[in-house]
Amino acid sequence: MSATIALGRQESAARLRRQAWVERLRLALRTPSLLIGVGVLLFWVILAIFAQNIAPHDPLAPDILHKLQPPSADHRFGTDGLGRDVLSRVIYGSRGILVAAPLATLLGTVVGTAIGLIAGYFRGLVEDVLMRITDAFLALPTIVTALLVLASVGGSTTTVILVIGLGFAPIIARTVRAAVLSEAQLEYVEAARLRRERAPYVMFVEILPNVMGPVLVEFTVRLGYAVFAIATLSFLGLGIPPPSPDWGLTISEQYTYLISNFWWPVLFPALAIASLVIAVNMFADGLSRVLER
Amino acid sequence: MLRFLARRIALALVTLWLLSVIIFLASHALPGDVGRRILGPFADPRAVATLDHSLGVDRPLLVQYLDWIGGFIRGDLGTSLSFHVPVAQLLLRGLGNSVKLALVAFVIVVPLSILGGVVAALRRGTFIDRTISIGGLSATAMPEFVTSIVLILLLSITLKVLPISVQVPPDADPFTQVYHLILPSLPLVLVLFGYIARITRAGMIEALESDYTRTAVLKGLAWRTVVFRHVLRNALMPTIAVVATQTGYLIGGLVVIETMFNYQGIGQLLYTSVAQKDFPLIQAGVMTVGVVYLVATLLADISYSLLNPRIRLAGRE
Amino acid sequence: MASQSRAALEVTDLKLAYRVRGRDRIAIRGVTFTINKGESYGLVGESGSGKSTVAYAVMRYLPDNAKITGGSIVLDGKDMLHMDGDDLRKLRATAASMVYQNPGTALNPTIRAGDQLIEAFVIAGVAKGEARERALAMLGRVQISDPQGVMGRYPHQLSGGMQQRVVIAMALASDPTLLILDEPTTGLDATVEAEVLDLIRNLRATFGTSVLFISHNLGVIARMCDRVGVLYAGRMVEEGPAWELLTNPRHPYTVGLLRCIPRWGLSKEVGPLDTIPGFPPGIGAAIKACVFADRCGLVQDICRAEEPGLDPVGEGHASRCHFSDIAQTLPRAERDMVKRPPVPETARAALSIKNLRRTMTQQGNSFQALAGVDLEIAAGEVFGLVGESGSGKTTLARSVIGLGVPDAGSEIDLEGKKLAPRVGQRSLDQVRAIQIVFQNPDASLNRRKSVRQILGRALTKLTGVRGERRSRRIVELSESVRLDAGLLDALPRQLSGGLKQRVGIARAFAGEPHLVICDEPTSALDVSVQAAILNLLVRLQRDRNLSYIFISHDLGVVRYISDRIGVLYLGRLMEVGPADVVFSAPHHPYTEALLSAAPSLDVREEHRIRLQGDIPSAAKPPSGCVFHTRCPRKLGAICEQQEPPLLEEEPGHFLKCHIPIEDLRRLQKPEAADQAG
Repeated sequence: MSATIALGRQESAARLRRQAWVERLRLALRTPSLLIGVGVLLFWVILAIFAQNIAPHDPLAPDILHKLQPPSADHRFGTDGLGRDVLSRVIYGSRGILVAAPLATLLGTVVGTAIGLIAGYFRGLVEDVLMRITDAFLALPTIVTALLVLASVGGSTTTVILVIGLGFAPIIARTVRAAVLSEAQLEYVEAARLRRERAPYVMFVEILPNVMGPVLVEFTVRLGYAVFAIATLSFLGLGIPPPSPDWGLTISEQYTYLISNFWWPVLFPALAIASLVIAVNMFADGLSRVLER
Repeated sequence: MLRFLARRIALALVTLWLLSVIIFLASHALPGDVGRRILGPFADPRAVATLDHSLGVDRPLLVQYLDWIGGFIRGDLGTSLSFHVPVAQLLLRGLGNSVKLALVAFVIVVPLSILGGVVAALRRGTFIDRTISIGGLSATAMPEFVTSIVLILLLSITLKVLPISVQVPPDADPFTQVYHLILPSLPLVLVLFGYIARITRAGMIEALESDYTRTAVLKGLAWRTVVFRHVLRNALMPTIAVVATQTGYLIGGLVVIETMFNYQGIGQLLYTSVAQKDFPLIQAGVMTVGVVYLVATLLADISYSLLNPRIRLAGRE
Repeated sequence: MASQSRAALEVTDLKLAYRVRGRDRIAIRGVTFTINKGESYGLVGESGSGKSTVAYAVMRYLPDNAKITGGSIVLDGKDMLHMDGDDLRKLRATAASMVYQNPGTALNPTIRAGDQLIEAFVIAGVAKGEARERALAMLGRVQISDPQGVMGRYPHQLSGGMQQRVVIAMALASDPTLLILDEPTTGLDATVEAEVLDLIRNLRATFGTSVLFISHNLGVIARMCDRVGVLYAGRMVEEGPAWELLTNPRHPYTVGLLRCIPRWGLSKEVGPLDTIPGFPPGIGAAIKACVFADRCGLVQDICRAEEPGLDPVGEGHASRCHFSDIAQTLPRAERDMVKRPPVPETARAALSIKNLRRTMTQQGNSFQALAGVDLEIAAGEVFGLVGESGSGKTTLARSVIGLGVPDAGSEIDLEGKKLAPRVGQRSLDQVRAIQIVFQNPDASLNRRKSVRQILGRALTKLTGVRGERRSRRIVELSESVRLDAGLLDALPRQLSGGLKQRVGIARAFAGEPHLVICDEPTSALDVSVQAAILNLLVRLQRDRNLSYIFISHDLGVVRYISDRIGVLYLGRLMEVGPADVVFSAPHHPYTEALLSAAPSLDVREEHRIRLQGDIPSAAKPPSGCVFHTRCPRKLGAICEQQEPPLLEEEPGHFLKCHIPIEDLRRLQKPEAADQAG
């Protein structure tokens, strides 16, 4: 509110704008969910980057003689069914998902935002056609779409990114379109038409900056689901192929030992996924709180 | 109202048609031919050609599509390549089992999450609200296989309160059957809880802040009456739509749960068909998922319009 | 709820603050007033003055971040501020009721109107069986002709006027001691507003209810209230008997406020409107002495050092000013303008509209938003367009600027050249020539663009200037609308409503247009800001000798700025003529009703013409003359069967009525209508 009060002559607009940013930053620092989310995310990013320096063992080196060892001083998280060090695998396992999830989300956001902008701005036939196609895609859960495509083309990091990214696009398109629809009713859009702006200018220069808030929030929320979906695909054996230490893949490989109460090869990667997912979502929640203001 | 419904059904049919095209193209038009994908890169080209011919995939795409969709409409979904039985039979049995599991999940989650959302909204900003919101958010975001592992460790292996196996003798009484389904349904419950509670909370807050709630309060109505008579009905309308769209998500979750627990539902069927490259089963299975989703959203639209007088009475003066 | 107390409501030194980002921002700075039993008390003020906050504080219905920091509220002898939940609930059920702006959202959309009304009776203690009868009777008393039918309908099936009647019926169910009306007619059409106000007056007479009437509209207050309090920045600055205060104001703020209003019959030919310079202090601003000192033309050192008391200046009249005795000598803030030479008779028509029709569809029903409008607007002429909702005035404006495509056969010519229906098909010159000032600058300015970007882009696209020349033009343009160049880098949300609208005006003038459409450009603004914007528009128009189509629902504003006026009803022009001619008898019966409906500051007890019923739906226009269903001067069958043509009854004065103009002249005797100048 403080920035909206009518400007006196001496107060410079730039200063007020700076103040607004400072205010927003202060709000961000007072939003615990945002801080925790960013903190945990940074933790994993650092582990992934410096895995060589941090991990105590080679994540891929089997040691059949010491398989399924419970956590000990040498293997803090124990060893798995092939005798590999679980801690090292958890540290290295963050790499795949930390690359794939943001890329897939970015792809989905870019494509989805474009579709949503076009559908929301043009209305009429263009909108009808685009929205029917998105509806058709929305009728399938992302996992099922991914199953369908991955069955045909086979799994790899690239295909997983493409499938998840394009699978998210319709969902993001819906959100963006809703935001664009309410935005396009505002008269500044008509004002643009009254000086003969071309449609791409109106969409991307006039409208897009005003829907960036929802787009950003949607991006972070989708990032959480990307982690969810990519981990699940790995778990189903459709994502990154073995012997990668990927968390989802590891869990599916080691899952059978769980029944015999060898919990450590499974629980630690599961907790790793959990921490990442919760961090992303707290980040999303915190960000939307800050942007709402 | 009738006009609204007719429009909705027509739209659903168009969506369904588009869906069939998408599914068909996704499984046919991707690089490589079907026989090669099934038999693998080292198979004899003649064997591939023979298989292609017997599957009918050497015909023009349009013909294949018409053939397939025609069969679908008649209820003839072809024969499974891996099970060698009619696809329809497999899907029907799988669907039946999945519905059982989904129902258990829904029966647990719907009342729980709506209650959670309502309480969170009424106690907005308090500790209870934060707990429900953040707890729900975390639960929603957690992949089912992760929660499954934690739940199996906790409830079956450590505490031993729930059976890990979903296999029950076919003559078991309904209670036993449901009892065995509780553990696999819990991961689904956790995911759905956050979703539904969040939407319910948002709907409640909007209704609580509305002018008509103010009118009701300033009329001097007791708070209980305000909430039950004026707020809830308006607040829960968006929730209905969300519950319906979640059936779609639910099936995605079923793929994981049924595979993990070796439960013979449509999710496991889909997973097996993908692993086996059983294309008739994949296509029909995915199509069934789409149909279930569309029917669910259609039902939600109908119940929404019944609750909302603006739509129910549209066109009447 | 019988009580010994003589006062229905006593508010004493009420102080209230909103907690925003951890800091208390004071909004009400000590307000004291008393409403006697059976009295109607008006609270006026511009936005941010705290008038609605006072009303909600009385009902103890405040947002969570509001805190009453001092004072007392005693309603019907009971202390509102020290009351527990249950007593408060009982009090709301029986002693006080409230009617608000936007009746459409005040009613629960999923419950039938009747059930909501019955509920109010039941909570007030009426037996369930009897409540229905009472509800029906109450609907009759609020002049709903079909109570049985209305009971069974949902709110969305009722028109705005009907909804507000139901809300009023609900408020009266408990026969309350105090009825709070918070802008109850804002947003309703003029003729409907007049009906609702009459209804409230009659009901008050019957029920003897005390009323707290909140409004920004001094005309409405003048008509509805016995006594008035003027709020400014959360402080009562003047209080007194309504008529006395409005005719003999003794606080510079009240004086200035009254001078801002385009009074009945006042026109731009007489001179510019007065304005109040500066801005009101924001919520939470620190004020040491007189709240109005910073904007006051009479300010002295003492005003900034010591706050004046609310001292008596007459019988029941008090003013919070050190110089209340000379308040009316407040210097005028605006210099007189140069008179413009009249438009030459031979002026070429700038805009010519022939047989403009527009068929629109709404929920599957098609209707004629414009049913054949013919109009000529000369170069340098301000054409005012008046009409209620559904009259088609916005549709007409949109057709002219090329945002709405009229039906085939319609023709719009600009300076002799035919205009393509869509803006995209028009030549750059034509696009430049016609621009618009929108109603709501919050919606019409892109909130992510600075003023400089907004004006710069318009200049580039419309005139092609770039670089250094463009920077220069931006400054010139902002100066022409008296927008400080220091504000060019501000974002719209950093500007006040009036400044934002100046940006909107500057943008419309970027391409040096020949015709500017002003679509309710001041209706979102406070009166003091409105006056400044109207003065600006008049000056720009005179300097450049261009044409305006000026749309407004406020007749005083239209009369002030327009040379000629057209009155639209259900997509048809009912009357067209020079402003003073249209505003004085004889006029079309609809114009007559509109004029008589408008709340005025100048006529004390008036003979009014009231229209019965709501505006018919444009989807089903009445046969014959579309106004016949509500016309108080209907002749008979001919009005129902034949649509009268728009005929030139006097030179330049067109009427669409079967009644001969001489008969109208006789019927509309001078004392029956409000006279213009």
